[in-house]
Amino acid sequence: MRPENQKAWFFVLPVLALVAFNALVPMMTVVNYSVQETFGNNQFFWEGLGWFEQILRSDRFQAALGRQFLFTFLILLIEVPLGIVVALSMPRKGFWVPVCLVLMALPMLIPWNVVGSMWNIFTLPKIGLLGYFLNDVLGINYDMTQQPLSAWITVIVMDVWHWTSLVVLLCYAGLVSIPDAYYQAAKIDGASPWSVFRYIQLPKMKTVLTIAVLLRFMDSFNIYTEPFVLTGGGPGNSTTLLSIDLVKIALGQFDLGPAAAMSLIYFAITLLVSWVFYTLMTKDDAQ
Amino acid sequence: MKKRSLIPILYIAFLMLPIYWLVAMSFKTTNEILSGFSLFPQTFTLENYITIFTDPTWYWGYINSIIYVTINTVLSVCVALPAAYAFSRYRFLGDKQLFFWLLTNRMAPAAVFALPFFQLYSSIGLFDTHLAVALAHTLFNVPLAVWILEGFMRGIPKELDETAYVDGYSFPRFFVTIFLPNIKAGVGVAAFFCFMFSWVEMLLAKTLTAVEAKPIAAVMTRTASSAGYELGLLAAAGTLTIIPGAIVIWFVRNYIARGFAMGRV
Repeated sequence: MRPENQKAWFFVLPVLALVAFNALVPMMTVVNYSVQETFGNNQFFWEGLGWFEQILRSDRFQAALGRQFLFTFLILLIEVPLGIVVALSMPRKGFWVPVCLVLMALPMLIPWNVVGSMWNIFTLPKIGLLGYFLNDVLGINYDMTQQPLSAWITVIVMDVWHWTSLVVLLCYAGLVSIPDAYYQAAKIDGASPWSVFRYIQLPKMKTVLTIAVLLRFMDSFNIYTEPFVLTGGGPGNSTTLLSIDLVKIALGQFDLGPAAAMSLIYFAITLLVSWVFYTLMTKDDAQ
Repeated sequence: MKKRSLIPILYIAFLMLPIYWLVAMSFKTTNEILSGFSLFPQTFTLENYITIFTDPTWYWGYINSIIYVTINTVLSVCVALPAAYAFSRYRFLGDKQLFFWLLTNRMAPAAVFALPFFQLYSSIGLFDTHLAVALAHTLFNVPLAVWILEGFMRGIPKELDETAYVDGYSFPRFFVTIFLPNIKAGVGVAAFFCFMFSWVEMLLAKTLTAVEAKPIAAVMTRTASSAGYELGLLAAAGTLTIIPGAIVIWFVRNYIARGFAMGRV
């Protein structure tokens, strides 16, 4: 057990000052806006919880929230199993390991707006590799700017392309920490590949998988730049996720009150779900 | 064994396809791009790259991005080191709550903070400086750095600290000459992650700058809309943004898996 020492607070002070400056001041600004109404000229009127009520009841917010949950759910559903499968089939030793790791991590190091532009170029009908292949070789009618379904599939595939490697790398880190002796014991016992996975590999991956799910939840729930550059939220509102809608209200229409109220509701949801994951995770750490 | 290696190969091929397309596009002329489909550049041209390297608005975009990313990385790691040490070695009043509060900042959607950040940094006169973007990015990078470093530090036995104190080392001397070399992998990984998230984040970087510190992303979007449909130029600019990431990732390749697990394996 770590010893108790209140002086440790001094070590934390620089971080505290920096993050507090960056987090508390903007957060208070948001809280201020969320309970006031303004008609310009820096005149503000008390509005109470009116904006919160209006936002929570508006069809627009509910639709965006629904799309956001659907998006995050699909992302987790695809990326987590796919990441596990790829990690399990990766080589453990040798020359190819660093090459694989570097190539897999590459998509995560590309600026988010470039990811959007890249997929835009990739999927353009007639010009893009995928767009050409689908339309002119396979004869599938595919146009992201016209069909909501195509737009959704493209946004999902783009995120799978962008972030599945995070799950792969995390699972891989868990897998390489398993001593060879475990596998030898399993071999002697005549364990099937499934029971090796179920009783040796999966328990070892539990902590890293929780981190993976936590990070993928937070980031996919907060996603903005990539779908915005790729589809602009369209066609219509079909790919307008929460962040895109929020920026439209805040910076596009400059409706500060509703935008601030929406920000707080949004943040509260992320916080709540993340807290559940975090509690699960630290419970593991303590054991 | 052969069948098993098929999955990673297919997966990597899937990852490389859009990147290949971006690179191929950057070597094509605008005419060729708009005239129809071609798998390889027919008339290989470097014109797009020449434009970027000769036009100051373009190349300053890259320089600006690299400046604020570097400031952010140094700042984040330096303040995170003592904090991570405190979290890994001691219990203190409110430590768990503080740790979670730090992490909540990693969860905040950047879109929530865009406007308040603009107002905050305008009011203290830092708007359109590299420092503003670097400071804003510490919001999510400092918690991450603390988290990663704490994971790595926890793996260092406490006996190391105790032996050093018995030998008469002062705390700063122990920290710099003994402790730091022991966690240099962790420092490298933390720096890598700070670099990565600061390099890829664009919403705040764009909101907090106008002219002097304009990041490459802002140059890309503004040029794309003003100069019409110059896909080749956009592709070349995109290709160049991949290079810094590819370089830094090569340095941490041996620690990357453990790094992504935040040192918790």
